[in-house]
Order: sequence, then C-alpha cells, then structure tokens
Amino acid sequence: MSIPLDSATELLRLQAAGELSAVQITQAALDRIAATEPQISAFTHRADEAAIAAAEKIDRDRSAGLPLGPLAGIPVAVKDVLCTRDMPTTCSSKMLAGYHSPYDATVVARLRQAGAVLVGKTNMDEFAMGASTETSAMGVTGNPWDPSRTPGGSSGGAAAVVAAGNCPLSLGSDTGGSIRQPAAFCSLTGMKPTYGRVSRYGLVAFASSLDQVGPMAWTVEDAALLLQVISGFDPADSTSLDESVPNFASDVAATDVRGLRIGVLRDSLDQEGLEPEVRRAVLEAIDVYRSAGAEIVDVSLPHSHYWVPTYYVIAPCEASSNLSRYDGAHYGYRAAISDAEAAERGPLLATYCKSRDEGFGAEVKRRIMLGTYALSTGYYDAYYLKALKVRRLIRGDFDAAFAQADVLLGPVTPSAAFRLGEKTDDPLQMYLCDLFTVGANLAGIPAVSLPAGFTAEGLPLGVQLQAPPLQEARLIRAGAAFQKLTTHHAQRPTL
Amino acid sequence: MSRLDTEHQVETIIGLEVHVQLRTQTKLFCRCSTEFGAPPNTQTCPVCLGLPGALPVINEHAIELAIRTGLALNCEIPPLTKWDRKQYFYPDLPKGYQISQFDLPICADGFLEITDPADDTHTRRIPLVRAHLEEDAGKSMHDEAAGISDTRIDLNRCGTPLLEIVTQPAMRSAAEARAFLSELKLLLTHLGVSDCEMQEGSLRVDANVNLHIEADGKEIATPIVEIKNMNSFRAVERAIEYEVRRQYIDWEDTGETIEDRAKQTRGWDDAAEATFAQREKEESADYRYFPDPDLLPVRLPRERIEAAQATLGELPAATRQRLQSQYDIKAYDADVIVNQGPAMIAYFETTAETAGDGRRASAWMQQDVMRSLKESDWEIGTFPIPAIDLGRLLRKVDAGELDNARARDVFQYMLENDTDAEGAIEALGIVAVDAGEIEALCRELLEANPKVVEQVRGGKEQAIGALIGQAKKKNPNANPQQVKETCLRMIREG
Amino acid sequence: MSLSGADVRKLALLARLELSDAEVAVLGPQLARILDFVEQLSELDTEEVEPMTTALDVVNRWAPDKLHRSLTVDEALAAAPRRDESCFLVPPVLGPAH
Ligand SMILES: [Mg+2]
Ligand SMILES: [Zn+2]
Repeated sequence: MSIPLDSATELLRLQAAGELSAVQITQAALDRIAATEPQISAFTHRADEAAIAAAEKIDRDRSAGLPLGPLAGIPVAVKDVLCTRDMPTTCSSKMLAGYHSPYDATVVARLRQAGAVLVGKTNMDEFAMGASTETSAMGVTGNPWDPSRTPGGSSGGAAAVVAAGNCPLSLGSDTGGSIRQPAAFCSLTGMKPTYGRVSRYGLVAFASSLDQVGPMAWTVEDAALLLQVISGFDPADSTSLDESVPNFASDVAATDVRGLRIGVLRDSLDQEGLEPEVRRAVLEAIDVYRSAGAEIVDVSLPHSHYWVPTYYVIAPCEASSNLSRYDGAHYGYRAAISDAEAAERGPLLATYCKSRDEGFGAEVKRRIMLGTYALSTGYYDAYYLKALKVRRLIRGDFDAAFAQADVLLGPVTPSAAFRLGEKTDDPLQMYLCDLFTVGANLAGIPAVSLPAGFTAEGLPLGVQLQAPPLQEARLIRAGAAFQKLTTHHAQRPTL
Repeated sequence: MSRLDTEHQVETIIGLEVHVQLRTQTKLFCRCSTEFGAPPNTQTCPVCLGLPGALPVINEHAIELAIRTGLALNCEIPPLTKWDRKQYFYPDLPKGYQISQFDLPICADGFLEITDPADDTHTRRIPLVRAHLEEDAGKSMHDEAAGISDTRIDLNRCGTPLLEIVTQPAMRSAAEARAFLSELKLLLTHLGVSDCEMQEGSLRVDANVNLHIEADGKEIATPIVEIKNMNSFRAVERAIEYEVRRQYIDWEDTGETIEDRAKQTRGWDDAAEATFAQREKEESADYRYFPDPDLLPVRLPRERIEAAQATLGELPAATRQRLQSQYDIKAYDADVIVNQGPAMIAYFETTAETAGDGRRASAWMQQDVMRSLKESDWEIGTFPIPAIDLGRLLRKVDAGELDNARARDVFQYMLENDTDAEGAIEALGIVAVDAGEIEALCRELLEANPKVVEQVRGGKEQAIGALIGQAKKKNPNANPQQVKETCLRMIREG
Repeated sequence: MSLSGADVRKLALLARLELSDAEVAVLGPQLARILDFVEQLSELDTEEVEPMTTALDVVNRWAPDKLHRSLTVDEALAAAPRRDESCFLVPPVLGPAH
C-alpha cells in the first residue's frame, strides 16, 4: 500500500487499525527524504538511525499494550532552532556548526513524550533572520512546488519537508511571519500561537518578546494535533502562560461558521505591492466564508503601516542582545588569531571580534549592528523606546478590531514564492515580505496561514486568519471550516 | 606619603557601592547551588552557562531577602520592579549581558544609622540611593605570567544573587566608611540575609572618593576615583586614607579638578599599601540597558511588604537602646554585645535575667566571657557554659555567697569541666563559712599579728590587707570582705 | 541619514564584530537606509503612550529556592572551544608584553 506521509491523522488511524507499523511509516519517510533531498536540501541533520530506533520502540510498546502518546509513530521534523539532546543544534549558522545541546527544548521533549518520531532538523535562515532560508550557512533550500524558488523563511526547511511529502508534521518558529509565510509559499497550514501559549525553553532566541514555536502541516486538523501536544504552561519559561489548553479536536469537528464575524482588512487589500493574484485569493476566501453563512465586516488596523518599522527596531534590538552570547568563549565557533591581531587589540578582543565576524553571516551582522545602534546611548529613546510605544498602539488597534470581529482575514504575503536570489541583495525588500505577518507577533496574538489557491504559474497562495489572544480554537474552527469548503490544501506538488 | 597637613580646609567625600551575596540555596535565575568552594564548573546548568535556548526563572527567596534587607535599611519598596540587561563582553559573563535592575530597583531611598566614629555618643545617618538585585559573574583565573597563557574560567559563581547597595556620597572619613560597613554587616548577618564574608566574596566594596578643597575662597572638587579590589574592612579604610592623601598631593601638583578628568578606577594593592591606576578601556562603556524580555516584572503588593516587615523583629540599633534601658548598662557595653550578633545578645539577656543584675552580667560578658572566647577561638553558640548557668553563678555573687575571685575560680572550672555552678562549687570544695568560724579565724590572725593590729589602731586601716591573704590560705572559702570587716570590728572593740 | 565609516566601526567594536573594509562600505549605506525607513515612526505622537515590552499581562513568575541537578564538569565543558580538566580556557585580555 502507499503510505500517506501527508496526513498524521491518517497515519494514526492506519496504525491503530494494525495496517501500518511505526517502522514502516518511518522507513517510508526516510526513503522519501533520501529521494527529495537532492532537489530541495531541506535538512541540516537527518536522524535515520535514531528515528528507526524510536519507531521500533513505539511498535514494541503498541504490541505490549502500553499506553501510546497522541503522535505515536508519526514522523516529525523540527526546525534547527530548537535544542535537541541527540542531534546538533546549529540555527543554520557557522557559529553553531556541530554544536550539541545538553538538553531538549520543552517542545521537543513533549514531542518525544507524545511518541513522535524525530526524523531530523530542518534548514532555516541563520538564527531565523530572513524570509527565504537563503541566509542559512547550510545551503539553500528549494520549494517543492518549484525548486528554483524559495520555500520562504525563516522556517523554509520545515515547510519544504512537509510539502515534499517527507513527513506530515514539522515544527517551525515565528518571530515576524516565519511559519506563516513559508506555509503560504508551500501551500501548508502554519500557525503562530499566542505569545506564551507554547514554551520557548530551548528555542534559540532571536527576539524573545516575539518568538513563538508553532506547527506546520497540510491541514488544520493535523496542525491542531501538533499544537495540542506542544501547548501549555512550562515553569522553565517565565513568559509561558499558565492557562488551560482546550481540546482542539472538538474545534476541528465544529465547522459551522454561521454567525462567525469575519473582519476583512480592506487596507491590506489596497496595499501597494500586493500582487493581484494574492488579492484575488483573499477575495475568494471571503466569498467562501460569506456563502457558508459567516458575517463579513470591514475592519481597519490604523497603525498597520508602522508594523514593519516597529518590528525592525524591536527585533534587532533584542537580537543584538540575545546573540551576544556567541563569542567563541564557552561554545560555538572560535576563530584563530594571528600574533599580529593579538598584539593589535589584545588576544581576547581580537578573538571575540574575529569569531563573531567569521561565525555570523551578513544578515545576522546587519541586525546585530542595527540593534546595537538603536540601544546605544543617545538613540535608545528615538528608536527602541519609540518602537515600544508604537507597539502598544498596534496592540490597541487589534483590541479594537476584535471588538467588531471574531477573526480577521487578510493576506499572508504580498506575493507568491519568489525566485532564489531575487531579493538577497536588498535587505529592505526582504523585510517587506513581513508586511502582513509582523502585526500578530507585535500584538502577541495567534494567527494561521491557510492554503488558498494557486497562481497562474501554479505557485501556492495563502490567506491569513488572526484571532484574539488565546483564541487558537477560533482559528482552528474557522480554518477547518475553510478546508471543508475548499480543496486547495489537498493539492500536491509533483516533486 | 606623609599625613595630610595643609593650610587648606579639606573635606573627604565618600560614597560606597556594596555588593552582598544573598543567602539563598540556589542562584538568582536557575536552581544551581550557590555553595562556596566547590570544584570549578560543577555548579552550572544551561541557564547559568548562557547556553542557546535557556531561559531564566526568578528565585522567589532572593526577592524575599531583598525586601527584608531593603526594609531593614529603611528603604521604600516600590510596588513594581523589573529586570534589565546590562550588556558587555567578558569571558566570566557567558550571556554577554548581566541581568540587573536599571530604572526600577527593588529598594529605593533608604538610610543606615551608624555610631559616629569621632564621637560615640552621636549617630550619623548615611542615606542610601538604592539597592538592586543582579546576578553575579563567574571567576576568571589569570595566569601568573599574564598575557602568555589562557585565562581559566569557572562559572560556579555565575548567577549567584547579589544585592547592590549604593550609598549617597555622604561619608566624610575612612573611619566612617568602615563604621558604615561594620554596621551594614551586622545588620545583614543579624537578618540572616547574607554571610557578608569578604574573604569568600559574599561582600564586596567599591568606594568612590574625592576631595572638596577650600582654596582661594572657593570650593574645588578633585576628580572622583573608584577604588576596587579591597579585601577587608581594614583595607577599605586604608585605601581611602591613602587615596585622600594621593588626591591632595595630585591636586597640588597638577591642579586637576573634577571638570578636567572623568571618573577613573584605581585598584588597592594590600601589600604595597597603595592604590594604582587601572588600565583604561579602549572604548567608553555603553551598557545598552534594556528591559529583559525573558523576565516578567515583579509586582509586590502592600500586604506582602507589611508581612516581611513584621518578620524583621528587633534590629541592632533598637537592641542597643533596649539593652541600655532594660539592663541599665552603658552605651559602650550595649554596643559591644550587640556588635557580636544575635547569639551574643541572647546569651547576655539570659545571663542577665537569671543573675538578676544586668550590670554584673554585662561586666562578666565584656571580660570573662569574651576573653575566653578569644583565647579558645570559640563561638558564643558553642561556648561551654550555658547562659543560664553563668546567670546562676552571678546570682550567688550577688547574694554574697561567693566573692568575685571565687566566682572566677568557679567559672574557670565550669569552662574546663562539663558542670554547672553548683557542681563546680562542690568540686572546688567551696562551702559557705558561718560567722562563728570567721570570728575564730580572725581572732587567731589578730593574735598572731600584733603589728598589724597596732598599725590599724594607728590609723592605717589598709594594713589589714596583709591578713586577708593569710585568711585565704587557712580557709579558701572565707569571704575576704567578711574577714576584713570582722577584723576591723574586733580591733575597734578591743 | 548617513553613517560614516568611523561610526560603523565604533558600532562594530561595541558589537564585537571585526568588519572588513568591504563590509563597512556596504553596511554603512544599508544601515542608513534601514534607519531612514524606521524613522517614519517619529511621525506618530506617542507622548502619552506607555511602552509595551511584552505582549503578556502577567507578573510574578518565580520558582522556589530548591536545588535542581547541575551539569557535570564534562557536560558543562563539552562544547568549549578550549578547556582544561576543569575550566573553560579563553585567550587572555592582554597580549604578551612587547
Ligand atoms: Mg553591579
Ligand atoms: Zn545554573
């Protein structure tokens, strides 16, 4: 039989029915990975042996009648920004090449606990800074729908492995759109949960007040399955919310959208730079909901114009600080210095500067410089403090909008997946990819990207739903309803 | 350098920054041990190593200790406090930033009263700017042949909770700075919030010093110097004294004032007994403080602060006052007892209550007890004579059953043997001598010493002293005062 | 706005980045352009606005003062670029005296 590596739900059912073993599933995933990697290069590390061993244990436990976790025997890939005890954790940076964490990120531990089979770590923009996975020091990842194009970023590898049919689920991280944008580029469902819903312990920090781990899958149903496992309070993360997690399966089943107030972000549809095909996908999604009985209301987020500039102050400031720890002293890359360099600035300073210069790529250095600048004496108030204040205004816009609407509907990205190399020379152009996504990170609200059709060229398009804090369930209901009414999520690339 | 003698009026301005290690079991943001003296790098975890992905979680006990300390230092405890990152690169700081408190410290605006070292009947109030919580750095061990081999880094201490207490520049002499530190240490050890061991680094002091010189009718301030590397209170005192002389001479030589020179750092060399200029950094420090996004603010409700206040109990300054009035002892004596800490205070109080005589108890504390402690290197907590036993002994002295000299013998016996006063008295064969026995003894002595009798009759009453020694020899239990009085009466009565 | 080469180098030192001349030449104008872009925030009147450092409305997250297991020396030093039997080794602050 063919093994449905595109559906965790289906794989769980087949195992429960005794038609497939975890080892069979895992072997199929590893074979598929071996077949597609030459074209998409989505992994930074493949854990074939450990995966088979984990799958064997699941099969043994199953035959022994032991209780199994909710993801038992499901192959899952995790973005290489999450710490893993048994695999390297590199953040796709030369700085951490070969680095082994002595501990598992909380979400990774929860995956193992749930019986998931970890098949490897996925490529990403270096330290999650980028929108195309091209800033990776581990090579360029191709989009399974068109390997000459980007899968998006920074969770490009995590999106590509699911889209390539390697495994049904992956974990990404989203600081400014890094789950949702690649999901849109690869025709996946990708969710950024409420800030604090999922533990950040073991998620290598980019911008601590914005970072959030989230699921990527073909369907809302599968994404909800993974979200269920990773959500919930973690005493090791002071910023994790001590709130109960609803049973999302019941929300997947509840697909009646009659009376659901869907707020349409008209401003975003008139946004300069929004490609007509993306606009059309959003309008079609509105129609789908309207005809299913949802109430469509127009809402506006008056400060949305300031999202990207606010984000590009706050994120680099936090990043410049978070990345100070990579100095070649205690772990990570240490450059060798010459006697002349040692003599010029002293061996320590020379080692710091050279290790960081050689260990980091251009985008990371750019953001460290930006953040260092914006936090330095004389500029703090004008940049950092100002951005924090605008951030509150942005949050206020969302609060007001959610008084009128239950969820907000709009674009995820200004365009479909662009060509590799197309935007690498212009950082600002790359930053504008985050135009529609950073609002949710700044406000701390949950948001999901849903497959919403294809361009004439056959490239995937997405739409975004956003909900008030802790209302992931609303996104799951509305998203599952959309997928019941459409077939975009059922299309597969011919890789 | 010689003493400062000058025609100018010179005032010394001293402010202190004191880092005290709070007595928690675990670190400020992780649950590694804070125990001193463990082998290098055996008390670390992903959090205090600053490993990728690790996150801090506040130690609640450190908050509690900081509140208690702040209250005892008469500080205001604001309802909201938060955490900031202070950013600089150094190998003993693995995250590249120190988690500290910048604009909303946990304690603001307090003071500590000290006895004026120039006049012990007078107190001085030293105002405090603030006290904030922060994590300690690790330890760098530089090789003797500096610059040749690598520096070794031990991160055991990294993340240990510190309270940084900052005074106003309100002290006017080295002695005053030392008195402040002694009083601070007394208070903090009394509260049990810190061990304050300078040798172990659980109390560290930086002193900011400059001079205000009255010259040509105007006041001139010398450049501020921050002195570091002082490893005892005595070193602090000497370093400040040295710096005062050095700055004056420097001013005379160069005329440099505070406007001409930014604050500089000088280290104290204990062996050389001098401060020396430390190498200036290549760049001026820009710590780029900003709120730590990994930590949430701490909101302290009034009730919690009031509850902490209620647990403080009596503080040393109040104890001094109370001991003086309750036991009728001198300020100096109360000071000596209180400065020895809570165990000594408790010992004194039990002794005084049992003896029924505070002054006598105090006198015995100051002399006999403290001398024995010093000679044998004991702590009051393990002193062999329980306070209640010493109290009983002193009660007997009070009742005239023993003279002081005899009581000392008993005390010595109790020290060396595990016994109470009664047991010692019995072991030493001390029995009460009745009046008839004393009369017989005195009669015998007077008959044997007619010369003495003649001298006394001639007005030299002190000649009787010669008989007292003889009486002691014949009967060690004879009370000398009683012997003296009986002899004199017999001579008078003829 | 514009950033001189010296400005960029000063910033790089603060951030402990040793930039080549070529990097400085590229980074200066790029940073300036990005800063110009974010400069539009100054259009907004935020006089009365409280800064927002976190999206959470939570305070007082702390843990009891109870020991957890620490790493062993070898675990702690496992990723060290240089180490001896018990410590991290880093280059000294000062070079050999000339
Ligand atoms: Mg400090
Ligand atoms: Zn630790």
